[in-house]
Amino acid sequence: MGLLDQRFENGNVFVTSLENLLNWARLSSLYQMQFGLACCAIEMMAASASDFDIMRFGIIPRATPRQADVMFVAGTVTLKMASRIKRLYDQMAEPRYIISMGSCANCGGPYWEHGYHVLKGVDRVIPVDVFVPGCPPRPEALLEGIIKLQEKVRKESLVKKSA
Amino acid sequence: MTAEEILNSLKAKFGDAVVESKLDAPQPWIVINPARMKDIALFLRDDPATQFDYMMCLSGVDYNNGKLGIVYHLFSMVHRHKIVLKAFCTKEQPHIQSVSSVWATANWHEREAFDMYGIVLDEHPDLRRILLPYDWEGHPLRKDYKVPEFYNGMKVPY
Repeated sequence: MGLLDQRFENGNVFVTSLENLLNWARLSSLYQMQFGLACCAIEMMAASASDFDIMRFGIIPRATPRQADVMFVAGTVTLKMASRIKRLYDQMAEPRYIISMGSCANCGGPYWEHGYHVLKGVDRVIPVDVFVPGCPPRPEALLEGIIKLQEKVRKESLVKKSA
Repeated sequence: MTAEEILNSLKAKFGDAVVESKLDAPQPWIVINPARMKDIALFLRDDPATQFDYMMCLSGVDYNNGKLGIVYHLFSMVHRHKIVLKAFCTKEQPHIQSVSSVWATANWHEREAFDMYGIVLDEHPDLRRILLPYDWEGHPLRKDYKVPEFYNGMKVPY
């Protein structure tokens, strides 16, 4: 390494592993699928606006699941909507991530007992990476969830770990 | 017009189609024979003395004694008076005449009453579910409704 370091020291070159490079690229540009379901979506919009500025984490809303990397399930998932969410998730290209935002998407929230029409947790239909608690979570909480997701992406490996 | 005058004009015109009334309630109400609902609604809308041109709300009700009903809140923009109409039916024979040809607002309200309570609005132009998916079974706001264990392979209870 010593030789390489000296040789490239003053140029615009640095040395890293492919894994780190890919993870860094991924976590720095998590494109968001632009959709909201209930009041959590209002907090998500607040997070996108200038006060909290979600874009400084590289999150840009995309209007189609095919261009998106991360889906924020922001709000109450009704049974009618659950099959749509499943289809949207299937349309996203891998690698894809899910942040479940708020009590409703996490576990049914206030509808856990009498909500005949509410899915009690979106992880019953799609795999969730990060759960953000709150009813609704403040934008800071959503940012915390995004940072947690970025930490998760940073630890990803190209090599599948053997069991 | 007062509620009493409205009741008297309905009785004079329709006689026994007016079943019952309670005029000292905070919002006076009149119970109507469900099979005559449309004629009475049309009369209340078009009669110059009443002119109920605005249907504020139409709600389905399950009274938890085998009786279902629909409650109509009417208002007249011209005369600034209100009245509440009610029509009852049974769970075995859940039929009430539609008023969507009288007030267009009633169309979606009646679809919701059908969706949630299974009240069949006779002569409704498009009586489909409005909120729940079309393949949903049962009418969830009925008191005897049981939450299904699964819907399309998704577990429903907590």
